Amino acid sequence: MITLDFAINAISLGSTYALLALGMVIVYGILKLVNFAYGELLMIGGYSLFVLGLGPRLPWFVMAVLAVGVAVLTSYLTERVAFRPVRENSLTAMLITSFAVSTLLQNAALLIISPRARAVPLPDVFSESALVLGQSVPIRNLLAIGTSIVLLLLLVVLLRRTVLGIALRAASDNFRMTRMLGVPANLVISVAFAISGFLAGVVALFWVGRTASVTPTIGAAPLLVAFVATVIGGMRSLEGAVVGGYVYGIVFSLIGVLLPQALLEFREAFMFVIVILILLFRPEGLVRGAGAARKVG
Amino acid sequence: MSMLEVRDISVRYGAIAAIREVSLEVRQGELVALIGVNGAGKTTTLSTIAGALKPYQGSIFFDGAQVHGRHPEDITRRGIALVPEGRDIFPSLSVAENLRLGAFVRNNRAEFQRDIDEMVALFPILGERMRQAGGTLSGGEQQQLAIARALMSHPQLLMLDEPSLGLSPVLVDQIFALVGRLHARGVTILLVEQNVERTLDIVDRAYLLHTGSVEVEGTPEHIRSLVDVEGVYLGDRRSKA
Repeated sequence: MITLDFAINAISLGSTYALLALGMVIVYGILKLVNFAYGELLMIGGYSLFVLGLGPRLPWFVMAVLAVGVAVLTSYLTERVAFRPVRENSLTAMLITSFAVSTLLQNAALLIISPRARAVPLPDVFSESALVLGQSVPIRNLLAIGTSIVLLLLLVVLLRRTVLGIALRAASDNFRMTRMLGVPANLVISVAFAISGFLAGVVALFWVGRTASVTPTIGAAPLLVAFVATVIGGMRSLEGAVVGGYVYGIVFSLIGVLLPQALLEFREAFMFVIVILILLFRPEGLVRGAGAARKVG
Repeated sequence: MSMLEVRDISVRYGAIAAIREVSLEVRQGELVALIGVNGAGKTTTLSTIAGALKPYQGSIFFDGAQVHGRHPEDITRRGIALVPEGRDIFPSLSVAENLRLGAFVRNNRAEFQRDIDEMVALFPILGERMRQAGGTLSGGEQQQLAIARALMSHPQLLMLDEPSLGLSPVLVDQIFALVGRLHARGVTILLVEQNVERTLDIVDRAYLLHTGSVEVEGTPEHIRSLVDVEGVYLGDRRSKA
């Protein structure tokens, strides 16, 4: 039964996934690097919230902003310290570096904090519900939708209205030519990683918000979600990532209500069947990048 | 004094030598061409000057400063603009955005609109296509956009790599006329072309490259007197002897 509550839940999941996928694709578009340390940025965001919760009582919003800031800084630093030195080498070197960064960050969390789940502070609104058209809806879901819309609009403004944003899009089209026009490679890449970390940090708030806890391996699931969403939507464009995220979230929710109870535990398997079908029949994803439509002659 | 001075540069792709000890110079206001058949090393030479490739020996000086080994973005800031072979316009960016990025090194808002107006005057079709994505333009339109984008940076030296490649005869005429016009306006140009006969009609000087080395250099008359130009075009380089 498709109720308002279900629709809001599905769209909220899709919104979160869209932000996740966007954070991955913004780096992929420029470097052609699938950053396997992307999930760890969420983990770092979650642990930042946990650590901040141990200290003096700050308003939650302040803690959230700081946690997102730590995710941005981590993303920026991984690029400076790990990816930049190997960038001139092969793509494989970068890919393996991203695995190394992922493993290092996970193990750091294991060693420094604990393998066990840690509780993160959450504001009361995360567990409250609001009445929308007579139905009770979790406020957390409404916040996720609202936040996504605001961030997507901000990104559109950044990418379409600022020179830096235009340079980022150009770098996804043709990085070499973008440099040839005098745009510094390091600037573009640093900004892409910062945006990626920002999106991961914001998603982390909602991700840990579901279970109110964080573990060292919490990054694995969102990494997979981001990857699958970009495969569905198309890796060649940012629009594709957003579409992929929403489609993934909504279809995944639909599978949840349509499947009979006995098959519910295979929900992910059904999702992957859909992904395989997309790879077979539309390997470029639902949204074709502008590059594919390029005219010759 | 020459604006661009390339001394004995050699470049390899892996183990294969692409160019060997190529030397050339371009003086202020000159229109100079690199001619030769496919694979002679023309594009490699331009890419190396632009910083996309690193020479393993030799040196490149621009305005008296050493530029070899520098990043491409550095070299562009110093005033060299490359219109690459295949144009490399940004397909998902609008024509206006392509031009906006061309002016990236300028950072001068006041002059930006004036420059855009000038480009529209020079390339009227771009004015009609301003909001369209670059990828939807025809080949000739893309070539005009690529040249306009390079001019937006107010380069001291404009390098054009095979601007007539793949264009219809009418468009080829237009491109050659345009290169001549830009030269007449005082733009210093280093032109790479396979269309040897037509190139020699418009340039001040030329370098004939063959299998990675400069074979002949000098004025068009000098080159015509030494080499069977039509033969070069067809891949036969026998000298007139």
